[in-house]
Amino acid sequence: PVLLLEPVPQNPGPQNEYDLLVIGGGSGGLACAKEAAQFGRKVAVLDYVEPSPQGTKWGLGGTCVNVGCIPKKLMHQAALLGSALKDAQHYGWNIAQPVHHTWSLMAQAVQNYVKSLNWGHRVQLQDKKVKYFNMKGSFSDPYTIRGLTKAGKEVSCCVISAILPVCSQIAGALEYGITSDDLFWLKKSPGKTLVVGASYVSLECAGFLTGIGLDTTVMMRSIPLRGFDQQMASLVTEHMESYGTKFLKRCFPTKVEKLESNRLQVTWKNTDLGTEETDSFDTVMWAVGRAPDTEALNLEAVGVKTNSETGKIVVDASEATSVPHIYAIGDITEGRPELTPTAIAAGKLLAQRLFGQSSELMDYDNVPTTVFTPLEYGCVGLSEEMAVRCYGSDNIEVYHAYYKPLEFTVAERDATQCYMKVVCLREREQRILGLHFIGPNAGEVIQGFALGIKCGATYPQLMKTIGIHPTCAEEITKLHITKRSGLDATVTGC
Amino acid sequence: MLRASAVLPELLTALKAGGKNEYDLLVIGGGSGGLACAKEAAQFGRKVAVLDYVEPSPQGTKWGLGGTCVNVGCIPKKLMHQAALLGSALKDAQHYGWNIAQPVHHTWSLMAQAVQNYVKSLNWGHRVQLQDKKVKYFNMKGSFSDPYTIRGLTKAGKETVVTAENIVIATGGRPKYPTHIAGALEYGITSDDLFWLKKSPGKTLVVGASYVSLECAGFLTGIGLDTTVMMRSIPLRGFDQQMASLVTEHMESYGTKFLKRCFPTKVEKLESNRLQVTWKNTDLGTEETDSFDTVMWAVGRAPDTEALNLEAVGVKTNSETGKIVVDASEATSVPHIYAIGDITEGRPELTPTAIAAGKLLAQRLFGQSSELMDYDNVPTTVFTPLEYGCVGLSEEMADLGALQFHLIQLHALSLNVLRKDLYVMYCFQVVCLREREQRILGLHFIGPNAGEVIQGFALGIKCGATYPQLMKTIGIHPTCAEEITKLHITKRSG
Repeated sequence: PVLLLEPVPQNPGPQNEYDLLVIGGGSGGLACAKEAAQFGRKVAVLDYVEPSPQGTKWGLGGTCVNVGCIPKKLMHQAALLGSALKDAQHYGWNIAQPVHHTWSLMAQAVQNYVKSLNWGHRVQLQDKKVKYFNMKGSFSDPYTIRGLTKAGKEVSCCVISAILPVCSQIAGALEYGITSDDLFWLKKSPGKTLVVGASYVSLECAGFLTGIGLDTTVMMRSIPLRGFDQQMASLVTEHMESYGTKFLKRCFPTKVEKLESNRLQVTWKNTDLGTEETDSFDTVMWAVGRAPDTEALNLEAVGVKTNSETGKIVVDASEATSVPHIYAIGDITEGRPELTPTAIAAGKLLAQRLFGQSSELMDYDNVPTTVFTPLEYGCVGLSEEMAVRCYGSDNIEVYHAYYKPLEFTVAERDATQCYMKVVCLREREQRILGLHFIGPNAGEVIQGFALGIKCGATYPQLMKTIGIHPTCAEEITKLHITKRSGLDATVTGC
Repeated sequence: MLRASAVLPELLTALKAGGKNEYDLLVIGGGSGGLACAKEAAQFGRKVAVLDYVEPSPQGTKWGLGGTCVNVGCIPKKLMHQAALLGSALKDAQHYGWNIAQPVHHTWSLMAQAVQNYVKSLNWGHRVQLQDKKVKYFNMKGSFSDPYTIRGLTKAGKETVVTAENIVIATGGRPKYPTHIAGALEYGITSDDLFWLKKSPGKTLVVGASYVSLECAGFLTGIGLDTTVMMRSIPLRGFDQQMASLVTEHMESYGTKFLKRCFPTKVEKLESNRLQVTWKNTDLGTEETDSFDTVMWAVGRAPDTEALNLEAVGVKTNSETGKIVVDASEATSVPHIYAIGDITEGRPELTPTAIAAGKLLAQRLFGQSSELMDYDNVPTTVFTPLEYGCVGLSEEMADLGALQFHLIQLHALSLNVLRKDLYVMYCFQVVCLREREQRILGLHFIGPNAGEVIQGFALGIKCGATYPQLMKTIGIHPTCAEEITKLHITKRSG
């Protein structure tokens, strides 16, 4: 058993009510719980959503389902459809321009869909005989979780919790600003919006807000998409600029005030010019990072170690914390990708190690991912900078190409930032270290190549792979111009 | 070296000079394979010439340099398919909050003009490329005088003779006409004509069950035309039949009419200029009739080898198909004469394989290479309204090979989540060996962007990917492609 439970009122001696208690009903937590239940174990899940400072809350399913991947991709799709409408005219469709977008229609459809997922998760847990508690838990001792239901009722029980967007510390930030937690649940249009931050959350949100026709500005203190390949990150933001998103680069906000009109006045410092500037917006959204909400868990009481800087829980390769029988997975763990598929995989493998016969550990290498900006960026493996740092620029070869998706031709769309590169070792085998692609459907393009990388694919094997014509992905199988050569890397017609 | 007997004075001069072939390589046919081979050979500093000539279709349609793919295949097909997809996007857009006045109409001539202009720009691009690479281009129809000599006739009727050390035949194929059906040749068109129509084809009957038939019928339906497909027997012969059924089922729900197990007996012109088609329904044993604006034959393609005069030099062809017989190095029965692309027996009729084969041939002839073309596991995609991409074996092929395999599939519900009126069956299927390693034999996907999805998995298959490796590949969320990394329900399990 993983946890001992002492139900209220206290009974003499320990009683193992559950083999596994999962705190947090998000991607990782639910996957772990359901997998453990498959082994015939007694499993319970605690899930509780602390309302955002603006009062937004949601149901079972975690960040991905409620305030992440799902609503994000749907709103991104709404924006892409806006571009499709413009394309359609070139392809012979007669649409009266301009076409307008109504936020509330989209938001309602998205929110209804998310609620159906909440319901779906409740049903799934029931089907798999996983007990569900809608309450907030904290540790009493290493085997006991004390929980408070919404009604304040105390029940003994058992942890995994979310991480939340961080609010800026500046004056007016908490009071007047929103975060991604709120954006997806707004009933009314956010209007003219300032998004503060350089993360993928910032760029993805600013991207779809621009796409549905809203006046959108991104304020960045320094570089975009820190941690990602910087050449690719620049192409992403360059595209967004030509798409219509405004950028305030090397700026940081100093205060937010409310005007009589109800608009928000933001003051900021431009570090390049050394000036102070100001403008008014309907909405200010903070996208300056996410942090774990571990305070409520009372981890100190049981000695679960966290990283002093990030506050995240420190785990080893088997997701174990510093306390036996207490594990952690997903966004709350230090040094792990903050992605749904890795949380799910880690959760399942953990359950298999605890209750199945498995000893398989989670492999966090070469995890593919995609940034769903208006022009999408998908990648797997090392960035060029990382490859250079690990192997030295003399030992790697970068093959690259600027290409134009066929569908852009008739649509007369600008393909300036449509680009791809593969980073390989230079030595004999030429193993592929990383693959980067900017263009439409980047996630669909990259996914299969991640399997190739898992198999240790080499550049020669890539060149031997026949392309599917006509697609964007086939261009990856034709990459042959090296950065080293300095030759023009623009793909010419077939 | 043998030389042709009396031809032109210039040639006699050359002969007298001591016998030298004018060119190191002569390529007959300026399509995907031919151009790739020619350009690659030129890279080695060789003297190369390309002959290209388009015999007008029975309806009088003709086009420029580039072959089938560029002019009457992949390129215009994908663009018109995109036009149809945009029609669906317009319907989706309303659900995502865009206010578009329905119904929206499509104007054929706007689309056709844009597509045709783009194709013409590609013709021009190919001319320029050949010039840049110093490949001599002759716009004339060639035929063999002897194994080293091609006699050519320009459009103006001027005769030219060209001699070459090596000759590559890459003349491709043309759509077949069912000439035994009265009125077929006179009144029907083929894909050669469809993409070049200035006016809308109107109410169209497409006869055939090939991907050409289904793709064309698919986009005609998508742009709003009354479209019917007539099939004598099974759809997409040679493809996985379960997938083929899903493709046609979707087309039916999409609005394409199907006349199954029917074959036409005659086509007559009515006073109104419409075409009256009479056909036999083999299931009911009845004869039926209806009128259409356009009848398009998509009953297969055949090589146009008669004009080449192959018998004069002894190049062997397959008696049934008429295609040129080649060995693993693309050599014909005559030394120094090779063949690549659609004209070769037993090869896939695909642009990327023709290009790869052409390049490798040039590398073997003039470079130091001995690498042969690998025709195994060539990925491909059928661009029907719901696309079907695949690589490797179908279920039937695996069965025929008496291979003990797992068939793992997922019929996902519509991922077009905001369209409650639309129920679309996406399908993902992996065929893998049952024995220990569980090597992947084939991968099949029906859904949007199928080409983009499948391409990367083709690299995996090239690396010998196994089912366990597929399961270890982390998904990109949210995408369609990630579902492939999660496939776990076997057909066997029910």
